[in-house]
Amino acid sequence: MKILTGNDLASGDVTWWTGEGWSRHVEDAVDVGDQGEAIAHAEEGARRVNAPYVIDATLTDAGPRPAHIKDRVRALGPTVRPDLTLKPADPNAGSWVI
Amino acid sequence: MPFMDNILRFRDDAAHDEPAVTLDSFLGQSNATAVRIEAGDDARALLPYLDRIALVEVSFPKFRDGRGYSSARVLREAGYTGELRAQGDVLVDQIPLMRRCGFDSFAPEAPVDEAVLTASLARYEHVYQAAADAQTPVWKRRHG
Amino acid sequence: MYKYDNYDQAIVDARVEEFRDQVKRRLAGQITEDQFKPLRLMNGLYLQLHAYMLRVAVPYGTMDSRQMHMLAHIARKYDRDYGHFTTRQNLQYNWIKLEDAPDILADLASVEMHAIQTSGNCIRNISSDQYAGAAADEVADPRPWAELLRQWSTFHPEFSYLPRKFKIAVIASDEDRAAMRLHDIGIQLVERDGVLGGKVFVGGGMGRTPMIAPEIKDFVGADDLLSYIEACLRVYNRYGRRDNIYKARIKILVHEIGADEYRRQVEEEFIEVKKLGIDPPQAEFDRIAAFFAPPAFEAGLSNEIDRSDPDFAVWLDQNVVAHKAAGYAIVNISLKPQGGIPGDASSAQIDLMADLAKEYSFDELRVTHAQNIVLPHVRKADLYAVWQKLADAGLAEANLDLISDIIACPGLDYCSLANARSIPVAQKISTRFADLGRQRELGELKLKISGCINACGHHHAGHIGILGVDRKGTENYQLLLGGSGAEDVSLAKITGPGFSEDGIVDAVETATNVYLAQRTEGERFVDTYRRIGMEPFKDALYG
Repeated sequence: MKILTGNDLASGDVTWWTGEGWSRHVEDAVDVGDQGEAIAHAEEGARRVNAPYVIDATLTDAGPRPAHIKDRVRALGPTVRPDLTLKPADPNAGSWVI
Repeated sequence: MPFMDNILRFRDDAAHDEPAVTLDSFLGQSNATAVRIEAGDDARALLPYLDRIALVEVSFPKFRDGRGYSSARVLREAGYTGELRAQGDVLVDQIPLMRRCGFDSFAPEAPVDEAVLTASLARYEHVYQAAADAQTPVWKRRHG
Repeated sequence: MYKYDNYDQAIVDARVEEFRDQVKRRLAGQITEDQFKPLRLMNGLYLQLHAYMLRVAVPYGTMDSRQMHMLAHIARKYDRDYGHFTTRQNLQYNWIKLEDAPDILADLASVEMHAIQTSGNCIRNISSDQYAGAAADEVADPRPWAELLRQWSTFHPEFSYLPRKFKIAVIASDEDRAAMRLHDIGIQLVERDGVLGGKVFVGGGMGRTPMIAPEIKDFVGADDLLSYIEACLRVYNRYGRRDNIYKARIKILVHEIGADEYRRQVEEEFIEVKKLGIDPPQAEFDRIAAFFAPPAFEAGLSNEIDRSDPDFAVWLDQNVVAHKAAGYAIVNISLKPQGGIPGDASSAQIDLMADLAKEYSFDELRVTHAQNIVLPHVRKADLYAVWQKLADAGLAEANLDLISDIIACPGLDYCSLANARSIPVAQKISTRFADLGRQRELGELKLKISGCINACGHHHAGHIGILGVDRKGTENYQLLLGGSGAEDVSLAKITGPGFSEDGIVDAVETATNVYLAQRTEGERFVDTYRRIGMEPFKDALYG
């Protein structure tokens, strides 16, 4: 599947396109098919996202899993600071990245 | 702000209306008075002719290409007093630095917000270094 | 330490307002990201993997306690309670909101700090020797020269859109603690006939094409310094390559036309530039230098230190170095705890280091390019008290210049350019070599890790270097041996095929075993490597 990601313009938070808006959680990302570039262009123009780009992902039971490690790090947070990730209570969250 | 025909001028004299020729054709003919230099051209090639040039247009193909800043200073340092125009991808936030390098005329491809420009030009009361403009560097102010 | 006058303060304050206006225009949609990016970068604001990152300049690595406390305050108020000290002697915050950035710059300006030119294709923060003003081997304090360059380079109208970034270092001793010759311009102050001047090296750097800067000028006096450096930059601005970002650094220009031709062009330009009167008068140099006059060291202090606490004695031997004044010492605070993140410090630790500087070190701190902190002027009689307070805060790791004193870039945990993570490798290596006795047996061993070829982790200059790469979507680590950023400057060479994350830790251990087996009396790791060459290491690693 193809999913769309970027950063919130004002806060810089990593965000994922949900089909209706932007979520901080990759689990909410939807397949954008071949519409990714068009959505990115419109959303960037409306300043709802900064530096958006389309990536490959696979759909798993836990939701979309970005194909590249860089985007998995973005989705979770720094592997060396579990306390600062989106899943601070899950000590094994980092293994999802690797 | 003195905007005329999409050219922003900081000069009192009348705009020069002869079209600028390329450096090569300028060097090949004796009577042109306006010349356009590309980012990679050597501005020093113009030094023997400065007294008969009324307009030098320096091209900025991309705002990131800063070669024209050096071209401007080279010309001013050699005593050129004619119009020195920055043309191309010239952004409003760059104009104060370009003024310091000796540009006194601007032909930006995209429109410049005049209110932003006015604020930018007035923002820094002091500068650290001497350049091609009349501003006094702070070291000179510190020591009279 | 340098103190702003009204002019300096007005310039920095104006910058805050300028950036506030630029951010407002960006958020209102008046400028695009493409147009905003160079503006935010010239204020040190990047968009990284998780958020905006703000890089704060620490000019030539020198701060007082008030400034250091402000860094802690900003970490607490706007970030996530920590900061990261970098190889450029700066500090980075990893979780900044664009809308907060102008307020942060205003807070910094209130303590004479800024983020000006900490990124972008301009002249970056001037770096220097962290022992400046304290080292016994310096011919002079290099910081007045660095401050002169800081002011000259700030908003330089001609050099704000260079082909690529530009880094300058100034040192003043034969021992190079600032990797001077791996800078775009490195200046070493020397004395000639009783006059102080700079020996100028141009065209060094790391990145994807590492080069050691050749000497371009053997002596430039203080009265010619700015003109000469301006000439160096003008030749670069006019003729540096702009067709290929990977070939745009000045090292490529100097390499392609040759040091002799570059020198000739600079000399020609210097004749023109020198006529312009851009060098400030001696009085301005003297004004700046007066701020760096030595603090009021007490005379007649004892050099005796009570070494009865064995843990203290180990720290003393490893992290404390000789000071030029009798009865004083230079204290290195390691930011490399075992299993920790190199260069990171919590707000509480930053505050504590500031307090120690205020109480024990004439209110001065330094940041080192090895991502540690220095208290430059501590009375020997106070060392035990300082050590106890550091130990209570987890800051007394006695590993300066040992294998666990690792330089590491943020890597793929934070950086959008990275190909592989650096920090976990550093953590695993420092854990593998946790036994301090074993580390000290290995002696001086500078290990440096970068998560991509841009080499922010200085892997080319490591006695042991590690370069993280992306191999078909998996992190892979190349091993390099034999580099140095010091006065014995050299570039490390790749041993061969790369390793997995665990494999690289084993490989480092294997390389140290070769050294232990082959070394002769007094040889450091890098000395043994230079004597026996790569082959014995390759045999052990791949054989």
